[in-house]
This record gives sequence, C-alpha cells and structure tokens, in this order.
Amino acid sequence: MNETTTTEQIMSEGPQAMRSLSKIELAPVPNEGVLLGWLRQMLLIREFEVRTMQAYQNRLIGGFCHIYIGQEAVAVGSIAAVNNDDPVVLAYRDHGHALARGMDPKHCMAEMFGRIGGCAKGKGGSMHMFDADHYLYGGHGIVGAQTPLGTGLAFATKYEDELMKGGTSNHVTLCYLGDGALNQGCFYEAMNLASLQDLPVIFVLENNRYSMGTAIERGTSMANELHVKSEAFGINHAIVDGKNVVNMYQKFKSIADWCREESRPFFVEADTYRYKGHSMSDPRKYRTKEEEAQEESIDCIAQLITYLTEKFDFNQDALKQMNRQVKAQVKEAVKWASESPETPMDELYKDVYTDSWGPYTGTSKPEMLEEGGAA
Amino acid sequence: MGPVHWHVKTGNVGRRGCSVSVVTTERIIEFRDALNEAMSEEMRNDNRVFLIGEEVAEYNGAYKVSKGMLDEFGPRRIIDTPISESGFSGMSIGAAMRGLRPIVEFMSWSFSLVAADPILNNAAKMLYMSGGQFGCPIVFRGNDGAGGQLASTHSWCVESMYANVPGLKMAIPYDAYDAKGLLKTAIRDDNPVFFLESERLLSTTGHVPKEEYTIPFGQALIRREGTDCTIISFGRPLHFCLEAAEELAKDGISCEVVDGRTIRPLDIDTMVDSVRKTNACVVVDQSWSFASLGSEIASQIHSICFDDLDNYVHRVHSDDVPTPYAQNLEQAYLPNTRKICEAVRAATYNA
Repeated sequence: MNETTTTEQIMSEGPQAMRSLSKIELAPVPNEGVLLGWLRQMLLIREFEVRTMQAYQNRLIGGFCHIYIGQEAVAVGSIAAVNNDDPVVLAYRDHGHALARGMDPKHCMAEMFGRIGGCAKGKGGSMHMFDADHYLYGGHGIVGAQTPLGTGLAFATKYEDELMKGGTSNHVTLCYLGDGALNQGCFYEAMNLASLQDLPVIFVLENNRYSMGTAIERGTSMANELHVKSEAFGINHAIVDGKNVVNMYQKFKSIADWCREESRPFFVEADTYRYKGHSMSDPRKYRTKEEEAQEESIDCIAQLITYLTEKFDFNQDALKQMNRQVKAQVKEAVKWASESPETPMDELYKDVYTDSWGPYTGTSKPEMLEEGGAA
Repeated sequence: MGPVHWHVKTGNVGRRGCSVSVVTTERIIEFRDALNEAMSEEMRNDNRVFLIGEEVAEYNGAYKVSKGMLDEFGPRRIIDTPISESGFSGMSIGAAMRGLRPIVEFMSWSFSLVAADPILNNAAKMLYMSGGQFGCPIVFRGNDGAGGQLASTHSWCVESMYANVPGLKMAIPYDAYDAKGLLKTAIRDDNPVFFLESERLLSTTGHVPKEEYTIPFGQALIRREGTDCTIISFGRPLHFCLEAAEELAKDGISCEVVDGRTIRPLDIDTMVDSVRKTNACVVVDQSWSFASLGSEIASQIHSICFDDLDNYVHRVHSDDVPTPYAQNLEQAYLPNTRKICEAVRAATYNA
C-alpha cells in the first residue's frame, strides 16, 4: 500500500445527500422599469441610513444602531426574488431589508425615534423591525437567534400549505444572517432541522467580512470556503456577488424557485462589505482606510447606474431627479417621525400578554397597522 | 381528616379554589395519561396544534407521556427531533409566530437551559417587541425538579428562575385532574406557557372525569382546610405538605394547604384569604431560596398581611447547594415532611 492510496481512502467524496443543481438556470434580467425600481430602493436605503446616522448623532435615536450602507444590493436583490407573502426574518442590521420589503420609511424612522408611529410602537427600536402586513418577522438582536425562527417560519408555511390547506408547499422563507452568526451553535441546529424536515428556507449569509471588529479570518474557521458549513448538513449552497444587484436577483430568483419547488433549504453566501462601523460607536481601527477605499470603489449603486446607462437610456438627469425624490421622501420621514407623538405611558403595560391580568392591559395594534392610521 | 386531593369527585372547580362537587363516574388514571388526553383532545379539536420534542414519536415519549399519539396523528404532527433544544425550541417559536400552536416537550426542564435564549428572549418577549403584531401561542412542557438521584445537572427546578420573566405564563399541576385541565388551558392560551411536570408524579393516579373540562389559570386550590397555619406550595412538594399537615394534626396543629397551581398568574388573593384566617404562613418551594418563588410569595404576604401575621412567613426550600447524587443527601436536600413540620411549628410557636 503506498502513500497515495492511503490518502485516497481517507478523503471522502463529499456529501451524498446534496441534490444535483444542474437544472437550475440563471433567471432572466427583468425589464428597465424593475431595475429603476431597484435603483430607487437602493438610493432610498442609503439616504435613509445617512439620515439615521445624523439623527443618532443628534441624539434623536438611542441604543444600538447598525448601518446598512454598502450592503443595499443584498436586501434589494434577494427580496425582489420572492413573493410578497413569503416570510422574511432578519438579524439586527435590519433597516435596509425593512425598506426593501416595503415598510414605509416613516414607520421605520419613527420606531428608532421611539415614537407611537413606529412599526412596533417604539418598543423594539433599531434592531427589531416588525411588520405583519409585509410578512416581516422581525429583526432580532441576539446574533444567530433568528436562524431557528426562520426554520420555524418555513416549517409553518409548509405545515399550513400541506396539512391545513391540503395543497403542496408553496412558500419560501428568507432568513438573513451576518458572518458573525456563523459561529453561533443555534445556526447549525437550525440547518440540521431544516435539512431533516425538508424545509423551504434560504439562509442568506451576508458576508460583510467583519463581526463587530473581528475579521472573518480571525473568528471563523474555513473563512474562504464557507460553503462547507452547509455541506455538512446536505444543504445546497451558492456564492453570489452581493454588490451586483442584477446578479443577486438572477441567482436568488432561481434558488428561491428551486426551494419552493423542491421544498428544500439553501445556503447562499452574498459577498459584500459594511462601509460603516459595526454600530454607531465603532471607530473602525481594526481595518485600513485603503481597504475601505478599495471596497467602496466597487459600489453596488454605482454598478447598477453604470449598467442602466450602458443598457438603457438612463442619464445623469434621470439620476438627479431620482435622488431628489428620495431625499425628499427621507426628509419627510424624519419630519414625520419627529412629529409623531411619544409612545403613551399605557403602552408600557400593553403587549406583555394578549389578554389582561395583573397590571397588564392587553394589546393594541401599532398605529401603522390600524385602519386609516398614520400611514 | 385526610388530604382531600386524591380521589375526590371533583367535576369542576368553582370560584377561587372552592371545589364544587359534581358526582361523576370515578375514572382513575395516571398523571401521564391525563397529560396525554389533554394533548390528544386539543390536537383533535385544532389542527394547528402539534407535539415536538426528543423521543416524543417513535419512542412514545421518554416517560411515555405521548404513548400512542404517533399512531393517531402521524409523523407530521408528532415530531421527533434531534437532541437540539435550542434549535427545536426556536423553530417552534418561529412556527408559533405564524399562528401554529406547538407543544414543545423538554425531556427535562434541566435541558431547557441550553434553549434559554429562544424561550426567554423570543417566546416571552415577541408580542411586546413587535408592538403586538406577533404573538407566541406555544406550550413548553416536561419534567421539572429532582427525579431520583439524577444529580445536579438533571435536577433543576426552573420555576423561580423563569418566573422572573414577564411575558410568559407558568403552571405546575399536582394531580392528574389538574394536569389535564391546566394543560388544556395552556394549549388554548395565546401566550407562551411554561408547564412544569414532575417525573415523580407521572405514575400517580387520580380521578379524571370523562367529560371535557378545563381549569382556568390564576385560581389556587385549597387542598386541605385548616385553621392554624397556611402552607403554600406548588407541584410535587405538596405531597410533603399534606403529609406534614397529617403529622401536625396529631399534635393539634391544623394546617391549611394551598396549591397555587399557576405561578404566572399568581392567585395571591386565595393565599391572602387563607393567611388572614390562620395568621401564620409557611411557603414550601423546591427551588433554591435566594431570589426565589418562595421569597416572592413571602414578600407579597408580608406586604398585604402585615397586620394579620403572628409571625414572619417561614420558608422551606431545597438547600442552597447543588443537588447531590447520594440518596441520603438528596432526601435531606429537598423540601421534606420533617422540614415542613419544623417550619410550621416555628411559625405557629406561641411562647
């Protein structure tokens, strides 16, 4: 027996459980109108985050606040690839996804201002954006905690579609996580359960390369081959360019359709970069200005503008007009949020339980969901 | 007079713990079967309800509580999980956010510690954090407290620790009748309910009527009437409280034993009414004494019954050490009849 044979015997051939993906083809690029919509959404998120930082510095927003600038294409491209009633669950860097999902910026901003007009009546804050009307099951503040929840949302849609409605599973859940969550145990439990139960959930890893100040290589083993994490559970995986919204959508659309069709989970690594710090208090001493400049030179919004300019009749005037609209919309959101009344004291005791006993007084709908409410 | 908790023909429970006798055919079943009936009946009534946990399906439940349920409801609703408490608790909470009504079985509440984040941070707070948009109608249930020489890691009494968290409800049944009635209420509740059973009680038997019934939360039950001292407890320690009451009766000390049944909500009114009658109170709580259920109840009784008490509220807990393995040490460690008798004698001592 020579050395080579020994090596061959030791090395395995990779998971058998993974199903072939050869039949998945890239989804076609949507028309110009859709692309312009994405551009508008991405500009909106960026402007919203700029104003959020400003408001934070002016102490209109408290607590922890995590800025999404740089990663806009991930939320926009992936959310565009699923249906409006497919569940979405998020980590705590969640403003961008909430807006991409359709939450009114006024309610998102008012939530951070801690006002009654906020999406959770000011009870959740920046890290916890919930919106039942848009099937948005929250941002979640504990790293990785949303991954079992996302698995459960997929479990529920499948249970509803198949057992309660007697049809076939016809939903797919988007469950976002940052690269820091790769090192939380519950994520691996979630993947194991999703695979065992054949649940249609896409774990969207937004690899922005840092968990707080820890570069991925310093905190995560196999940092350059993250797909092995899902292979261990027989879950198919893909890597997408998280700065290219068109490519994001094309791959995500195909993957989402496959998950819906096959009722299986998927692991997608979206490569992106967090331009700002982990939170508002982060001086970013752990990385170089050169690295930041290099990453910012490949910007998701700039890439889409170039694409639109080359392919369609999109010019600087059109861009300026769109920018003006977005700025006005965000300005209005900030104004609306600051004028929204403070959350009344009786809300302190509401929503602890659905019914009322003890000092607790039952529940009420958030202003944004009330008929003829603030929206 | 012997304890009234065992074979009493109790068809339903009226206002504030007063037993209303309804004569029905006596049907004696085990505590575990009462739990099984509660789950099965609710699953027949509501297809949103499902049971999930370790060994609940093909093994028929680690303690045979879910025996036969896989055969009736199939593997889509009786779901075996890997040993993965954090994962399957979180998954069930996600399902509950969409309106399904999971029953999550912890083989032991001791194992819920690895699921602390989902059950406390997500289940208990979801409604509040989402501003009322997403609730969490879920039941977590399983064995709580010392079993038999399971040592420290497997003998947790989680009630004091978890009762600290607003947003959850908590029930601790003592007999088969309450086990069924309280569990049905728990499954129908729109809020997360922590349902604490005792492995030591699973094989005990009691009368459970054939007819459907539920027991509302927040209604304590007077298990034995008395005039000299109120003993308040929950779950398995009630057995020792009733034994102690029997013992003390021989010496002319008449004890009233109050079964709190639920901790959140807590029926402090029934406890207060009893203390106002007896003017003495002992709280028996199987968790550790520091910042506990026992200290909370004692504190509330002290504030409300300050002028009614002839002595301060005495407390009996497990000793303030990790649960030992050795049988003699474990027996000495837990609340037992001897400790309760001593506490009652001290609380009622009249020089």
